[in-house]
This record gives sequence, C-alpha cells and structure tokens, in this order.
Amino acid sequence: MTEMRMRDALREALREELIRDDRVFLLGEDIGAYGGSYSVTKGLLEEFGEARVRDTPIAESGIVGVGVGAAMAGMRPMVELMTINFSFLAFDQIVNNAAKLHYMSNGQITIPIVIRMASGGGSQLGATHSHSLEGLYAHFPGLKVVCPSSPADGKGLLKQAFRDDNPVIFIEHTANYGLKGEVPEQEDFLIEFGKASILREGRDVTLIGYSGSVHQAVRAADLLAEQEEIDAEVIDLRTLRPLDMDTVIESVKKTNRAVVVEDDWRFGGFAGEIASQIMEKAFDWLDAPVARVCSKDVPMPYNRNLEFAALPSEEDVVEAVLAML
Amino acid sequence: MSASATRQRPAAANGVTPEQMETFLHQMMLIRRFEEKAGEMYTKGKIHGFLHLYTGQEACAVGSINVLEERDHIFTHYRDHGHALARGLDPNRVMAELYGKADGVSGGRGGSMHLYDVSKNFHGGYAIVAGHLPLAVGMALATEMRREDAVTMCIFGDGSVAEGEFHESLNLAALWKTPVVFFCENNLYGMGVPLKESLSANIATLAKAYKMPAATINGMDVIEVYREMKKAVAHARKGGGPYFIEAMTYRYRAHSMSDPELYRSKSEIAEYRKRDAIERLKKAMLDSGALDETRYRELEAQVEREVDEAVEFAERSPQPALSTLYDKVYVEAGQ
Repeated sequence: MTEMRMRDALREALREELIRDDRVFLLGEDIGAYGGSYSVTKGLLEEFGEARVRDTPIAESGIVGVGVGAAMAGMRPMVELMTINFSFLAFDQIVNNAAKLHYMSNGQITIPIVIRMASGGGSQLGATHSHSLEGLYAHFPGLKVVCPSSPADGKGLLKQAFRDDNPVIFIEHTANYGLKGEVPEQEDFLIEFGKASILREGRDVTLIGYSGSVHQAVRAADLLAEQEEIDAEVIDLRTLRPLDMDTVIESVKKTNRAVVVEDDWRFGGFAGEIASQIMEKAFDWLDAPVARVCSKDVPMPYNRNLEFAALPSEEDVVEAVLAML
Repeated sequence: MSASATRQRPAAANGVTPEQMETFLHQMMLIRRFEEKAGEMYTKGKIHGFLHLYTGQEACAVGSINVLEERDHIFTHYRDHGHALARGLDPNRVMAELYGKADGVSGGRGGSMHLYDVSKNFHGGYAIVAGHLPLAVGMALATEMRREDAVTMCIFGDGSVAEGEFHESLNLAALWKTPVVFFCENNLYGMGVPLKESLSANIATLAKAYKMPAATINGMDVIEVYREMKKAVAHARKGGGPYFIEAMTYRYRAHSMSDPELYRSKSEIAEYRKRDAIERLKKAMLDSGALDETRYRELEAQVEREVDEAVEFAERSPQPALSTLYDKVYVEAGQ
C-alpha cells in the first residue's frame, strides 16, 4: 500500500493502462501540456507523446464523438471533459450513440470508451460548474456509471473501466481530488463494477452514498455514534450502473432504516430510485419511510454561505436519522 | 476492372468501362425499384415507423461507394437504403430490417434509419442530423493511428450543415489530417425547409474555410460523382487529409411517408425528374453502344426478381423472439 491523493491514483491508473494496452489513448481539452484542469493527466504527454495524449479543441460533442468512432474501430479511448456540465454539449454523442449503438446494431458494434468528468460543488464555482448529476447518466440503459469516493477505488475502478467493453461514464467529485488514501500497489488492482462497499458496519440505520456524499455519510455516522449513541452502517455504492442493491437490501433488513445521501437534486434524482427499490424489496423490514438528504432545489449559488446551505451536510444527515427514530 | 472487356464495346469517356457503367446502371435500378417497393409495402402496412426513400438520389450512392475498397468505412444518414445496397448489403436482409424481422441486418432492432453491416464496414445510418460526423472522424483517426491505409466516407445531407457537429467534425478532421471523405448530398431541402432559408453560407465554401479541398458536382450524373470521388479517395488515402464533396441532387419522393409535401410544387419535381440519373446513364450507354434495349429489359427483369425475392424473404423471416428483448444492451463479460 502507498498513500496517495485521488488525482495521483487516477493518473496511475491511466499510466498503467496506457502501458498495458496500445489501443488506449486519451483525448481532452488541456490534458496535454496543461496537465488536465484537475492535474489528473499531468506528465502523461511527456511520457506517451501527443498521438496518445491528445489535446483537443473546445468541442465536447466533436471529441466525444471522435472517441466513440475510435472505439467502434476497436481502440480504447478515454475522453476527459472538464466538468459534468460541459458533458451536456456532448449529450447527443453519449446518449444517442455511445449508449445505443450496441443494441441498435444487434450487437455488431461495441463502444469500449471511458468518458471522465468532474462533478460536485463546494468550491464556489457557480451554477454551471458545481452540480452532481451521476444519476442522470445512470438513467440510460447501455451506459455504465462509476463514481469513486476514495483514491483506491478511483484507481481500481478506472483500470476496470478500460477493461470493460461498454461505454463507461466515470465521474469524479472535485472535492475528492486532493483526498489522501492508501492505494494497493499491485499491477493489476481492479475493482469489479456493481459491488458496493460497506465503509462502516452498524445496527441502527443504513446511510447510503456515493462519490462526494459518502464523506458526509461517514462524518454523520461519527457524529451519531459520539453524540447519540446511534450505530450507523455506511454503504458506498461505487457504481450506479450496475447497481448493487443486494448489499443495500441486506443492510436495511438488519437496520430497518435507511437514509440516502447525495449531492444531486432531490426532485427526480437517483436517491428516489434507491428509496423506491428499498420499498419494493424490503417494505416489511422498514420501521420508517426511507429518507433522502440531497441538494436543495436551486441552481448552485456562488456565495459561500448560500452554496453551503444548498449542499447536503452531515448535520442534515444526523437530523434525518433522528427524525426517523 | 480492365478496359479490355469480354464484350467488345467502346470504352466510355472519363475512364469508366462499359462493365462498370452496367454495374452502376444495375445498382441504380435496383435501388429505385427497391425504394418503390418499400413505399408500396409501407402503404400496405408491412413497414412501420419512419421510412425515408432515396428515389432520385441514386447516382450519389452508386457513383461514390463504388470507388471504395473493402477495407474502407462508411457512415451515413437515415435515408440509408441506397447506400446499403450500393455497398453490397444483402437486399433480402435490408428489406427484412424494414419489416423489423429477425433476419434484418440489424435483427429488427434498428429499422429503416439504422441499417448496419459491420462485416462490410457499413457502420450505420444515423437519425440524429450530423450526429455521425464525429464518429467518422474517430474511425478515420483510429485507422490512421494503426496505419491501416483505409479511408472513411461520411455521407450526410445539406440539413447537417447548420448543426454544430458538422463544424466540429470538419475542424477536427482538418486539424488532425484524418482520411475522411465528407460527402454532402444536397437535395435542397432539410425536411420541408429550403436550404436557402436555413443556411446563410455556401456549403463548399464552408468546407474550404476549414482548409480542405471541396468540389460541388452534379449528383445526378453517376459518372461525374464517380470521377470526383476517385480524386477524393486518392487524396485522403495518400495522407492529404479530408476532402469534401457537395453533390447536387434531388429526392423525388416526400421527406418521409408521412409528409404531404406542402413546401414544393409538382412542377419543380417534374423538372428534376427530367434530369433523372438512371435515364441519363441509360441514354449515354445506348448512344455509345454500351447497352441495347434487350440488355436493358434483362436488367429490368433482374431487378424485379431481386426486389420480389427481398419481399418474399422479409415476409418469411420470423419476428425477433420476445425473449431477446434484453439482449445486446450491454456487451456481457467474456464475450
């Protein structure tokens, strides 16, 4: 094990995959000389050259489409988009081409592409750079959606994304880039998709999160233990598609209560999907309605106080848990 | 094909042999008859959804696609039956796809607008206007990175030119010198809106602005299309980067089967029908002695048989099993 930050763990994954498979190449705005807007690709241009670490114009639809076309040709491209909000300029390529071509062509076409993007608020970047919309991509059959919360998961899941023959939307929370953690050193450290991880075991309530919101859930669990003697279990979903509901249901059958924590909006969001599935699969085990702690229903404000009021906090999670006991 | 043919006929002008001309004529007649029959079967309730017929534009597909080698790639738009047939996709399986049957080229999952045969490097019809242009650039980038000596042809309509993906794709292709031939079928209408009301620029001039050679040609003359496409493919293959062709053409039928055609006059359609590509080639071949009436009637009968067989095949083909509904959403591990 080595301690490293998320951005370094992600870079290690990219480096190892570039070395392992000559079909892998990277496309993105400022991923070369600049090193990536969050420094994930720093140094890769020097090591692998401009054919495989390719700076692109600011043309999200064009570069994602080029990636999809190259994947159709049997390459293993990765496209980096600076933020999830920019991915909407490439929405057509992601949802109409990447997600559907395998099905529409009756399996003749495969799209082994990795599309990375940053999400999440908390840095006063305003409403066009701060939202968490993982659940939006999870809506589409044909896509896989990955959202790591730790450096180890970041590395293992990103390496796995390159081994998958399907389009993978890989979403990184901006607040996690500087996060430190222990990362296994072995060459082929992979984490299977569709396996949630239990970050903390508990008996009284299940807190479910992914990406950035996992950290609010963990801090809330600490507060609940210290202040209220409530023993919370924390589950990190890690991938939204495929979704590991078995782990969630097993936990809820033990704790009889669940709170879904996410940075996305509550209305029409992914937390609603989780709550609904818990109701369908564990209704008789529930002692309270499933609670959702999400972002407030507003575009993200710039002002620091307003932004923090808009984001879910560990106190919000604690409050939700106390309300259901 | 060599000019010293088995049948002693005079070689046509422009370096196209009589045998090639007969191939072009046959393919154009096949497409015409196939489309007429598809329209008929749609009216009879055998084909559903949107059906966009290619009638009138046959010279574009036939003149261009016949230049390509097997290793070359094709991406096209949703009016794609003609391109599929010119590329040699099995007419039986194309018709079966229009019927939505299990033997269709896309297993009944794609339909008229989404024909695929990857074994022939025919990567599909695309029904989001201009959405396939970046894919063609990506395919060309990949073949270039692997030094495969392949050219990617990307066919689209004049309606694509106002889309952002058109401009992003031309820029990327030119910037990276990818071997793409952009082939614009300018049939003067984006659905019902005339081009002059939707574009404040000249199409070929836009392409030249991205620093690629561009030519505007008569898309109702199969020989002219073939000659220009040869130049384009040679340019892309020898590392010259993208090439742009704007082929002026006209669709005889409505935009789709559900279009009442309120936006254009019958006299305009009649005027373009006088410039018909099949009649033009037929006349040139009769005049030069490359064709006689007997042979022409044989071709007509052959095409009739091929299309009838396609319909019979489509009728006989089974419906896709309901148990396959969830298949091919994802590539399963280990496949």
